Amino acid sequence: MSKPVGNAPKALFQRDMKLAFRRLGESLLPLFFLFTVIVLIPLGVGPGPTLLARMAPGMVWVAALLASLLALEHLFRPDLDDGTLEQWFVGDSGVLGRVWARLASHWLITGLPVIVFSPLAAEMLHLPHHALGTLIISLIIGTPALSLIGGLAAALTLSTRGASVLLSILVFPLIVPLVIFATGAVSMQADGLDPTAHLGLLGAFTILAMTLAPFGISAALRMNLE
Amino acid sequence: MTALIEARRLEFHRYGEPVFKPLDLVLEPRQVVVLTGPNGVGKTTLLRLLAGILSPVAGTLAIHDSMTFVGHLPAVKGDLTCRENLAYEQALGEPGMTPAEALARVGLAGLGSRPGRALSAGQKRRLGMARLLVRNTAIWLMDEPYASLDDAGCARVDELLASQLARGGSVILATHQRHPALDPDQVRNVVLEYGSEQEFQQ
Repeated sequence: MSKPVGNAPKALFQRDMKLAFRRLGESLLPLFFLFTVIVLIPLGVGPGPTLLARMAPGMVWVAALLASLLALEHLFRPDLDDGTLEQWFVGDSGVLGRVWARLASHWLITGLPVIVFSPLAAEMLHLPHHALGTLIISLIIGTPALSLIGGLAAALTLSTRGASVLLSILVFPLIVPLVIFATGAVSMQADGLDPTAHLGLLGAFTILAMTLAPFGISAALRMNLE
Repeated sequence: MTALIEARRLEFHRYGEPVFKPLDLVLEPRQVVVLTGPNGVGKTTLLRLLAGILSPVAGTLAIHDSMTFVGHLPAVKGDLTCRENLAYEQALGEPGMTPAEALARVGLAGLGSRPGRALSAGQKRRLGMARLLVRNTAIWLMDEPYASLDDAGCARVDELLASQLARGGSVILATHQRHPALDPDQVRNVVLEYGSEQEFQQ
């Protein structure tokens, strides 16, 4: 009578975006968070340009990480509660595609704003201008991995009580290499060295996450529906 | 005419115990299968197995056509309007009615621009059922479709079932309170039994 679903991921992505705009305050929270960190830390450690310039890559990256983490608890939980998550598995409608759609919308809400506003943050923190390009590239390569690994942790802890603590404990060790390579690349560029090796490793890390995390996420989601 | 669903010796276990006795089930076109049985016998579990949300522990399950599943949870987003909820559903596969038509059929005419969270429990269930109409699927799986509906609502469920049969589709539904008022030739009752004896001793 009818063919299997063809455009479910697209429909889900459009609905997620619509929901994100409907709850604009909640969606802009990660960005607001980024700015709080960027503005408050210089007040705490003092406005000396040399000190801030050294800390800039790490601060932008930690802010990106926390912004991503902030939205993780709501990545799958509302869908579990209102029954839309179990609908992902009905028939042979392709769970992987929907996982990708959901991760893409998470990245658009938490990762992209950080990238867009990173030049302003870098300026406020006195990051050397020639390192700005590397900072942006490291964010473009690295923030998708934040969404992928965070998504895996969110899926695994979906039906656990007190999930947010467990979520952070799961995410942090997995994110360590990401932060080391990303901030390493920016610091090297700032010191006038070649950051290509660090960026390459960062890229490898993201590709690894892209290859494995979606399968892990769909398996973990199915487990949580039993 | 080929079967839409064929299940052979289907089993599902919880905490190491079979939930219901191994089950054979064949769903033909133009047929309503009514699942009954005491609480905890696994009606919901069976529907979720058939829907593909759970995987069977043993036995074979073949699904030969598209399906829509209406579970206990209405699968409605509170921040979207009724119309937007149905438009999303419609985009998932081959479209059926327009959202406005579907809303009228379940008795929610005129509430298209109301957000999902502003609906009552019964209205939410009706909106959940309107999801069946905006898509053109051969198999409907319905878990307790009469729950939290008034008499008029229950009559509308029977109308929906009749219209699904009329267009050549089929339905599997689990129910306690009420049996669908339909032509008995098209309705088949399946009574589930506990898989383990322990349940009786308690």
